[in-house]
Amino acid sequence: MIRALQQKSWFFNACLIGIIVVTALLSGMFGQVDLSASQVARALFVAADDPATIIVRDLRLPRVLLAVLAGASLGYAGAALQGLLRNPLADPGVIGVSATASLGAVIAIYMGLAALSPIAIPVAAMSGAFGATAILMLLASRDASVLTLILAGIGISSLATAAMSLVMNFTPNPVTVQEMVMWMLGSLENRTFEDLMLAGPFILLGWLVMVGTGQGLNALSLGEEAAQTLGVDLKRLRWRVVLGTALSVGATVSVCGAVGFVGLVVPHMVRAFLGYEPRRLLLPSAFLGAILMMLADILTRLPIGHGQLRLGVVMAIIGAPVFLYIVFKTRESMR
Amino acid sequence: MTGLHVENLSVTLGGNRILENVSFLVEPGKVVGLIGANGAGKSTALKAALGLVKPDTGKITIEGKDISALTGKERAKKVSYVPQGAPIHWPLTVERLVSLGRTPHLTPWQDVRAEDEAIIRKVMEVTDCWNLRDRLATTLSGGEKSRVMLARTMAVGAPYMLADEPTAALDPLHQLQVMDIMRGQAACGAGVLLVIHDLSFALRYCDQLVLLHEGKVLAHGRPQDVLTDAHLEAAFQVKVARWTDGVEQFITPHHVN
Repeated sequence: MIRALQQKSWFFNACLIGIIVVTALLSGMFGQVDLSASQVARALFVAADDPATIIVRDLRLPRVLLAVLAGASLGYAGAALQGLLRNPLADPGVIGVSATASLGAVIAIYMGLAALSPIAIPVAAMSGAFGATAILMLLASRDASVLTLILAGIGISSLATAAMSLVMNFTPNPVTVQEMVMWMLGSLENRTFEDLMLAGPFILLGWLVMVGTGQGLNALSLGEEAAQTLGVDLKRLRWRVVLGTALSVGATVSVCGAVGFVGLVVPHMVRAFLGYEPRRLLLPSAFLGAILMMLADILTRLPIGHGQLRLGVVMAIIGAPVFLYIVFKTRESMR
Repeated sequence: MTGLHVENLSVTLGGNRILENVSFLVEPGKVVGLIGANGAGKSTALKAALGLVKPDTGKITIEGKDISALTGKERAKKVSYVPQGAPIHWPLTVERLVSLGRTPHLTPWQDVRAEDEAIIRKVMEVTDCWNLRDRLATTLSGGEKSRVMLARTMAVGAPYMLADEPTAALDPLHQLQVMDIMRGQAACGAGVLLVIHDLSFALRYCDQLVLLHEGKVLAHGRPQDVLTDAHLEAAFQVKVARWTDGVEQFITPHHVN
């Protein structure tokens, strides 16, 4: 029975990888200039000096790669945090990293640093994320309980949100305020390989720290005491999930803006297929997160309304109803 | 040196001295019962023996090795634990939940193997919960949950098993079954340490008893030597009636006056 579920989850993961490839191809096809699938493939694999190659390689490829890295980070971190905190409402935002990254970006915009360098905002956002990480790691290394970590995360988030409001409050120019708001709504527009090179290493490092925590998260289903008697080093587990989330999500927010809902919703979507075992959710949550992020990014390219749709808005518009539907469907088993 | 040996254990929690100079030995093949009034320090002694609570002084050794020198997994393979009223945070199937007992035997990358599945099935059959295998663990009754948790602990296959009131929340038949399982584990060579409140069960099923009173060992030895009127009155402030059906002996407490 258990091994049947193992096979089912391999099959599910293989399907998701297939969907990732198809979605990435679609993401390469649609935009201001629509391309055919063969044009995208040719642009990717055959070096040529035509507009299609430039569009695909320089504009859409970094965008797709960032969407995959960002979505996978948010999905994986969401599943890991829900397992660690044993709370289906947890998402990467709960540890305060997203809010402090946003604060860093808002300060950079306020100070006009974006004009000095294109990587000023991501660097400032990542510094903000590291600030929150440092506080959390200090707590985690002192054997703080999970509840202390959540409360500290809420405190850090509230403080960062208040500080953002303060910065906006003191910003004299309404255009700058608008720039801040638009940044916070999230986007992958005009992202380049420079952004990828900046955020990518931290995202990958975050994954490396978190990978292999599934067994401990499974044991935690029985509570902390039982997990410890099964040989789980709780302090180390907490440390790895928090640091891994901070690194990967902090870096994600720094280049994409604060995109919510992925980390919260994706694990629930996977549960509908594979059940509630924390370990089994990790990898498919990363895959599904990547798919959702790419789909949302494709939708932002649609010409709707006056301005362009923002990534965070699209994600919330899709994510919230899906979340409500899942809550409705699983209300019996969550009792 | 064989056995799980607790030597001169003293524990302070939140500024209160919970255990003072407690010593006892759990030998392979024996069932040792920890008895005492509420707050006497039984559960703390159990947790200290598991390495979950750090003692102020004293040490715990398993087969001569200090448990503080063992890694988490090494310790988990030696001592398993049936907690009292343990939470189940996710609606896992019963079989999956029991399979978590195999965690100490797997590398972080491994999942349940064929040989683990055979062990899981066996312990679920022994604890009478194989028929529950596809149920969600969060939908079990109190008694079913206790049996499933016992199966999960047995799945570890550790040479020492510690249980905190394993018969609590069970109906009479399943209480007897659980105590028979404990004896069966001992018969297979395991050392069993259990916190127990039922004095008749303590008399009937345990080879040795440790009577704790206000954090200290009041009496230690064979059940008939520990469960004397004087000890029970001192530890529980009760008198007892003793009777027998010709085969088993029973102890029923009543008020002093």
